[in-house]
Amino acid sequence: MLSRVADSLYWMSRYLERAEHTTRLLDVNLNLMLDETSNSADHRWPRLLQSLGRPRRLKWEGNPYTLAHTLTFDLTNPASVVACVISARENARHMREQISTEQWHRLNSLYLEVTRPGFKKEMQLDAESSTEGPVAFLQQVMEAVHQFQGVTDSTMSHGEGWHFIQVGRYLERATATTFLLEAYHEDLWAHPDRAVDGNEYLEWMGLLRSATAFEAYCKVYTADLTPERILEFILLDPEFPHSVRFSIDALHAALGAIQQQSGKRRADEVQRLAGKLSASLAFASIDEILDRDVVGYLRRIQQQCNAIHNEIYELYVNYSIQTALAG
Amino acid sequence: MDNISADALQKVQSGQIDLAALKKYALDHAYDEMFAAPGQLRENYMPLLDHFGSLPPDELQRRKQAADLSFLNQGITFTVYGREEGTEKIFPYDLIPRIITSAEWERVERGLTQRITALNLFLKDIYNDGRILKDGIVPRELVYSCPQYRRQMMGLEVPRNVYVAVCGTDLIRLENGDFVVLEDNLRVPSGVSYMLTNRRVMKRIFPQLFRHYNVKPIEQYTQLLLGTLRSLSPEGRPEPNIVLLSPGVFNSAYFEHAYLARQMGIELVEGRDLVVHDNICYMRTTSGLRRVDVIYRRVDDDFIDPLSFRPDSILGVAGLFNAYRAGNVTLANAFGTGVADDKALYAFVPSIIKYYLSEEPILQNVKTYLCAIDKERDYVIANLDKLVVKAVGESGGYGMLIGTQSSKKEREVFAEKIKANPRNYIAQPTISFSRAPCLIGDEFEPRHVDLRPYVLYGDKVRIVPGGLTRVALKQGSLVVNSSQGGGSKDTWVLS
Repeated sequence: MLSRVADSLYWMSRYLERAEHTTRLLDVNLNLMLDETSNSADHRWPRLLQSLGRPRRLKWEGNPYTLAHTLTFDLTNPASVVACVISARENARHMREQISTEQWHRLNSLYLEVTRPGFKKEMQLDAESSTEGPVAFLQQVMEAVHQFQGVTDSTMSHGEGWHFIQVGRYLERATATTFLLEAYHEDLWAHPDRAVDGNEYLEWMGLLRSATAFEAYCKVYTADLTPERILEFILLDPEFPHSVRFSIDALHAALGAIQQQSGKRRADEVQRLAGKLSASLAFASIDEILDRDVVGYLRRIQQQCNAIHNEIYELYVNYSIQTALAG
Repeated sequence: MDNISADALQKVQSGQIDLAALKKYALDHAYDEMFAAPGQLRENYMPLLDHFGSLPPDELQRRKQAADLSFLNQGITFTVYGREEGTEKIFPYDLIPRIITSAEWERVERGLTQRITALNLFLKDIYNDGRILKDGIVPRELVYSCPQYRRQMMGLEVPRNVYVAVCGTDLIRLENGDFVVLEDNLRVPSGVSYMLTNRRVMKRIFPQLFRHYNVKPIEQYTQLLLGTLRSLSPEGRPEPNIVLLSPGVFNSAYFEHAYLARQMGIELVEGRDLVVHDNICYMRTTSGLRRVDVIYRRVDDDFIDPLSFRPDSILGVAGLFNAYRAGNVTLANAFGTGVADDKALYAFVPSIIKYYLSEEPILQNVKTYLCAIDKERDYVIANLDKLVVKAVGESGGYGMLIGTQSSKKEREVFAEKIKANPRNYIAQPTISFSRAPCLIGDEFEPRHVDLRPYVLYGDKVRIVPGGLTRVALKQGSLVVNSSQGGGSKDTWVLS
């Protein structure tokens, strides 16, 4: 497979995952807002920005709808939902012949929908003028991304290209989830002895929903929410597809498959990094993590994800010609 | 075919074919593909009219919509330059096939074979011994002053002496019905994907009609192209790695590049995917560098290698020309083929055919005046209102003056341009291309058409029957280029 194509598949997938993640956080927080007191808004929305990795030039200015609108539509912010959809589609367009027609249709119609002239106006994220606008829009984006993933799995050969899509998706997901957990640290795990009230419960639910984990969590632990279990579930659950551990395992497996199919002998380093991270999550215990520095733990995972990303590039995309000829 | 048309003839005569849709169909002096004379249908169009007449009133529109949707969903688009918005457009097409009889086609095929053979001999000659120049058949200065002439190609051996492996020749029909050559496209001709997708859509929209007609297939084109490219592989590379080199997604023909690569099962690469090391060309893959043997390139000469040609090109591959010179990689088409489709050299193609093949040209040229020659230039400037003037370096319908439809001011501007750079202009009489029926709204109306068959030349000449029929969809217009409001239709060669 051409390195450029692998690169495009990887980024197409990452951008879509990012669009879906941002959309979900917005959806959850707009929903929680209905219950909130005015001072909790000043706490919650900056936290949302933090969990999105603090996009540059974006500040909390007191109006959630303005912020949501910017996070959704602002093209000067490369992480906005629409900018992510455009980037994903652009990547797909650059290797149109590598993905299935069904994948292209799904992605292209999402792109056409969100860039349609007048769409922004219709979708004014403003509770006064429209009751359904923002929520309907966010739902639509999430559904489209889910459909795209389904179509990808059922119409594209599960070869090297498909595995690069998996790598992009799970690397993005693992990173984004650790950012999300980090943003909630202060509220959930920093002060274990704090008294719990109804508002806290709402926040915890919000976190689980932000990782689509609420229902899955309840199946394991019942609706009895505690901060420790929430952290354990989102971080270490082996079966839940949005948990960090699941994502890293999937990433590890996809990288292994790519190594096999591309016949790279020098892939040891990337496999070592992914394998090490995967093993450390498999053997971690939540009490140990909580006893030490939770934020430090999450940041180390982020650093390792970055290192894996760099290694993938070094190995498959941006390698120097000298090393390639020598190898 | 015979039985069907006899049957159809009877129906026409007995008034059973409803020709209501033909009310607006007025003939003029141009050759008409459907009518031999007013009220007198050509035999090959009878079953078609019979079939269309038998459809319920809204059926045609319904099928038109189905076809629209099919094109849209397949993303069959091209890019229009010079506009800010909506640069991606669906290629307009027409539902009524253009029908060519097997006798007509047989002659065209022979003519095209003869022409591409002679043009390849010409290119080999001017880049080697230059016999034809010494013998004074083609003026030396015309060749050397051509911007497409590449002195880097001098003395170079190319595999099988094939310079032009893929050629798209534009043919038109004169008033007497003869096919003549309007221009040869010997660099990177495009449009073949429209030919193939038009056919696929037509088969889906009019299955019965198609079956009745016994149309010669064209679907083998991509396989023939692959075979042609394979036959040009460098020596000692029996299992060549063939790639299609595209300028990328912003090129107007990107859809076609992706389509052909997919249909042939070869990699679609861009300049940045390729590297040249020690005169060997590689592509960057996830499993390392992989050697490339044949490049079907859809990038113009100028942009293909920043070291040898335009240094500001970011589409090309540094060092590719040297790898080519060393014989380690084949390019199809070769560099410098544009000299033979120069619009001024075009005038000499009949002499070129006679010179190399000692045969009379089967397909004639359109009368052409060279502004580089004093006497002809004077004639052109005096008769600008009757002629079509073309800049020799331009294509796609740009840089043209159509005398009969021009204003006095435009003609004055053009006269100045011609005087300033006579070598750059040629003129031809205004020719009425033949007209074929098109579905405009609910009615059949005649529109001007040309025909671009695709000729492949490797170990032998391969031509799929038919080609791309381009239509000037605007009433009265003679410009068929897709960038200028033209469309296309399926071309049926009968067997």
